[in-house]
Amino acid sequence: MALGLIVLFVVSLIIFLGVELLPGDLAQAMLGQQATEETLAAFRKELRLDLPMHTRYLEWLFNILHGDFGRSLANGREISELIGVRLGNTLFLALFSALIAVPLSLTLGILAAMYRNSFFDRAVNILTLSSISFPEFFIAYILIFVFSIKLGWMPSLSNVSTETPIGERLFVSLMPALTLTLVVVAHMMRMTRAAIINLLASSYIEMANLKGLSRARVILRHALPNAWAPIINVIVINLAYLIVGVVIVEVVFVYPGLGQLIVDSVQKRDIPVVQACSLIFAATYIMLNLTADILSIITNPRLLHPK
Amino acid sequence: MSQFEDLNRLLAQGIISRREFMGRATALGATAALSSTILSSPSFAAMPKQGGHFKIGMGQGSTTDSLDPATTLHTGTQIVNHAVYNYLTEVSNTGDLVGELAASWEASPDAKVWNMKLQKGVTFHNGKSFGPEDVIASINHHRGKDSKSAAKPIVDPITDISADGTDGVKFTLSGGNADFPFLMSDYHLAILPSKDGKIDATGGIGSGAFVLEKFDPGVKITMKRNPNYWKSGKGHFDSAEILVIADVAARTNALTTGATMAMDRCDLKTVHLLKRNKSITVTKNTGTQHYTLPMNAGRAPFDDVHVRLALKYAINREALVKTVLRGYGAVGNDHPIGASQLYFNKDLEQRIYDPDKAKFHLKKAGMSSLDVTLSSSDAAFAGAVDTAVLYKEHAAKAGINITVNRVPADGYWSNVWMKDPWSMSYWGGRPTEDWMFSQAYAAGAEWNESFWNNERFNKLLLEARAELDSAKRREMYGEMQKLVRDDGASVIPMFASYVGALAKNVGHDKMGANWDMDGLRCMERWWLV
Repeated sequence: MALGLIVLFVVSLIIFLGVELLPGDLAQAMLGQQATEETLAAFRKELRLDLPMHTRYLEWLFNILHGDFGRSLANGREISELIGVRLGNTLFLALFSALIAVPLSLTLGILAAMYRNSFFDRAVNILTLSSISFPEFFIAYILIFVFSIKLGWMPSLSNVSTETPIGERLFVSLMPALTLTLVVVAHMMRMTRAAIINLLASSYIEMANLKGLSRARVILRHALPNAWAPIINVIVINLAYLIVGVVIVEVVFVYPGLGQLIVDSVQKRDIPVVQACSLIFAATYIMLNLTADILSIITNPRLLHPK
Repeated sequence: MSQFEDLNRLLAQGIISRREFMGRATALGATAALSSTILSSPSFAAMPKQGGHFKIGMGQGSTTDSLDPATTLHTGTQIVNHAVYNYLTEVSNTGDLVGELAASWEASPDAKVWNMKLQKGVTFHNGKSFGPEDVIASINHHRGKDSKSAAKPIVDPITDISADGTDGVKFTLSGGNADFPFLMSDYHLAILPSKDGKIDATGGIGSGAFVLEKFDPGVKITMKRNPNYWKSGKGHFDSAEILVIADVAARTNALTTGATMAMDRCDLKTVHLLKRNKSITVTKNTGTQHYTLPMNAGRAPFDDVHVRLALKYAINREALVKTVLRGYGAVGNDHPIGASQLYFNKDLEQRIYDPDKAKFHLKKAGMSSLDVTLSSSDAAFAGAVDTAVLYKEHAAKAGINITVNRVPADGYWSNVWMKDPWSMSYWGGRPTEDWMFSQAYAAGAEWNESFWNNERFNKLLLEARAELDSAKRREMYGEMQKLVRDDGASVIPMFASYVGALAKNVGHDKMGANWDMDGLRCMERWWLV
């Protein structure tokens, strides 16, 4: 945990310096072509951008330690309020996609391992590898073309809001969730397959086969429990991706998530918002990695005692 | 009508040239202004109808948007401003200046003092009744030392504002300006209710046709009709929402699937496909938006007028309009005044691509060849980099070697524009000649992007500004256009149309060409059929 906090601190410092190093500042970005020296100076003064870098960073750090994310420099809104809704949306979409993608890829992976080198195995591999090889926006456009424009079953926009009822929310988020599923399934499915096949060569599996157990029982009861650790790690990496890496899908489906927020904020150099978003992203990675470690140890207590 | 459509398709596909199009369109009996709007008139004569929920997808919009009119940056929030707020004056859909919150106005003979009579019986959404104090507070929001307003240069010449009775405001300017009422229609200068001499700039309260319901910047802005709206015949939707859809493909999909009823900024590369859709109308307005390539007139080699002329002759404008704008625009004549503007100089000969003349001017400048660098980024306008590369090819034939320096869009306006010796830029255009010239061509102006300083031009500018006689002004502005064209340091190759699309059930009158989206007033002007 202590290590995690240090990582968060370092991340915040790097992000702050990174945004500072970018050319231009918020005042210039907001006024664009219409900026004049005088208005820029007045704008900077109002936003306290005229203070030296370290003063602003320390101020921000002090406030954040007291639980205050501050306000957006661009429009003066509370960052916690700004991020709250968006984070909810992002988590909802990530969870929704995960609920489709994880069971699907585990099932496919196990089946592929069971019927190794069969037609089924090959077909699943080709399909998932093709879907991961296409850029996300391409998959998204294909889905929109088929389901929204040609068939007219699904809306092409997923602009959910806090008032959207849950049923409708699930319906409009289905297309982005499917896009994300297609993008992440290959990785998890192939890891599941590989981890199981890896174990199939072990002597205890051979023993189980010789006992005359069915193929399904050998894989589910004997191989799978030992394969969980690597599978969990890959699942978690993909979950983290579903939370922090979906900006393109958000743009194509106009889904108001955190990705769009951080892109907008970097463009306008709205440092407090960028900082808050990156802290959330960093914390997501740290928490999920921690979860992966704990789960791996639970499924395989031998990991607690390295050789 | 269908003949026009055919013509326009031929033009878009490059089968006929722009010039041929205009010629044939005129033969069909259309004026220049009409042929540019003829395509967008399915519900032209229909009577406005009340009601309905209007949804529009806008390409610009960001989480960082603010309601503060001082920092309004792009079309996405500009149309919010014109739905929620009113202004002192308005540029009508035919390009004339009409009063909005100002009912009438008169100037002193030197055009230095302006008395405006205000509308009576107007109330803001919060119930406050409108009076001179609101005008004073709203304009003062942009004035003064601590102003961060993008409109500061516009209001800077105002030395004093005072109330004149209960329904009048008196503006005193530092110098005469016959176009002052035009300036008051600027999209930053919204009138908001005051409280103790100040306005709440981000409160979203105005006196406009719509009451703001929810402002979720970068996502969605919802509003409902103002039941007490003081203007008659304006504000027809019961409620409306503006969706920010940055991706042009997503924006188009939303329109074709009926999730929205209108969109701005069509993808010019695919708009001919969109036109095949029977339930959609593509709209096109060529007004004052133009693209410029400003050189720094103070630096060699651009300090030589012959070098500037050589560069102006070395660009193939027709080809650029055909390829970069796909026919959705008009050729520019190296001055910033659009053909639809009041004092446009019709007698000025259109400059064309002429490598021999370019060579001739190079020789006059004492050069046999010329090497120059053009900084380019799509931040300046969509297709700026393509324009630069095509220009390089055109100019090579005249012995001019242009190196295209592609720079990042991030920070373009602060680090490249007006910093590099030759860069690219755009202007949404201004409704009056004086406004355009004073902001971007007057010596010492903050945004004089070409650092041009022409004594005669500067003298004429001041004289024309204070001149109230229209015939004299026409003469002066005509000469100024010629000066900018022949001596100025900006290559102005094209005027770009605003290209949007509407569902067939959206009704509208002739659209204003002064800005995109019906002069930014689509919300109060359009209706659902």
